[in-house]
Amino acid sequence: MSHDIAILDGIDPDLSNRLTNRRDLFAGAAVKLGALATAPLMLAAVSSQAFAQVPQQVADILNFALTLEYLEDEFYRTALAQGGLIPDYAGGTFQTISQHETAHVALLQSVLGGAAVAKPQFDFTARGKYRDVFTNFKTFAAVSQALEDTGVAAYKGQAPNLVGGGKLLTTALEIHSVEARHAASVRLLRKQKPWTGAFDKPLSKAQVLAIAGPFIAG
Amino acid sequence: MTSIDRNKPNHGSNSRRSILKWAGATAVAAVAFGVDVPGLRLSRAFAQAGVDLGAGDLGILNYAYALEQLEAAFYTQVLASPYGGMTRGERSLLQDIKAHEIAHRTFFARTLGGNRIPDLTPNFSAVDFSSKASVLGTAATFEDLGVAAYNGGGAAIQSPKILAAAGSIVSVEARHAATIHAILGDFGPVDQNGLDQALLPSQVLPMAAPFIATPVTASQLP
Repeated sequence: MSHDIAILDGIDPDLSNRLTNRRDLFAGAAVKLGALATAPLMLAAVSSQAFAQVPQQVADILNFALTLEYLEDEFYRTALAQGGLIPDYAGGTFQTISQHETAHVALLQSVLGGAAVAKPQFDFTARGKYRDVFTNFKTFAAVSQALEDTGVAAYKGQAPNLVGGGKLLTTALEIHSVEARHAASVRLLRKQKPWTGAFDKPLSKAQVLAIAGPFIAG
Repeated sequence: MTSIDRNKPNHGSNSRRSILKWAGATAVAAVAFGVDVPGLRLSRAFAQAGVDLGAGDLGILNYAYALEQLEAAFYTQVLASPYGGMTRGERSLLQDIKAHEIAHRTFFARTLGGNRIPDLTPNFSAVDFSSKASVLGTAATFEDLGVAAYNGGGAAIQSPKILAAAGSIVSVEARHAATIHAILGDFGPVDQNGLDQALLPSQVLPMAAPFIATPVTASQLP
């Protein structure tokens, strides 16, 4: 099989240098992570116990995801509160997306418990680059597409770090594909192709922060 | 039989599976040509003519390969006999999806090399390819099932590289799903927690089985 892994190398350039045995990462937490039940509410219920055992690297990944979800959640809630920004034909889509992002924030907060990072201050103009983001639907939708595509790539980039994480990995994957559904929906509303090719590329944490950074005021 | 050509018995842990496949192929030949194979009963011969996906990461890769075979065959048929009233926009999207599924199928075939399962024979007798509702309804079923299969199979993957590859494909499947649902006028099966579905191979295969003539089992997968 290894002869064709070169294809995989093209997908994520910094993957090959990562930890080779993720199971070590979860060794101490295996029992508690295994106890994470199938329902997200159960996940939340046991998370405070389980989380004390989860390694810092996993907490960092979840807080990274939470930061992106905070960003998306506040972005859509702010937009939906602006009268006249979102035309009727797109209202249902953005209301649905907004509800999902709010749920993602709640889920990640509940898993992280006391270790959850606080919500940053956001600047959705990205330091003035998108001054009309909440008054011009075209600008808003373009930023939405960028945030969703980045979100997909961010979860994808972190998933390999959760190998061995059982239910935690599954939950991350369940969010990841929903972000992809969002990205495709927004792209269709913008009359764009809902995909860029047969394979979506991951982004590293550094790459994601370079894109999302201008939206984070502090 | 391609299943023999493709399974060189020099792949360590897979040699047993290859032998079983060889035995299955021999059994089929025995039935077809009336050859008497000592100790071989016809009922067992038919049982062995199916395909087992195998174990571990190879099993998951073959599982994905099986589903991509199904999807690629479906969209190939959709474009070969377009439903009435297919708009230019729909045709363009469906052609892209077909190309993606073929690319996914090729990716898994190449990655698996000699460890890959044989070509499966689809069974689309339940699909009315002249009907937009039948085609897009089936497409939505396949795409949502594909997303749920990748999401549910991910936790069984041990190699970060293979998980990364699966991740690069599942989000494209989710984009397909969202697109088909957009044409149908709904958003798809995202739950109130904002989560997609995740299903295990043992849950997915019975749902895919009506569309695959070749019996497929996953006795060594979750």
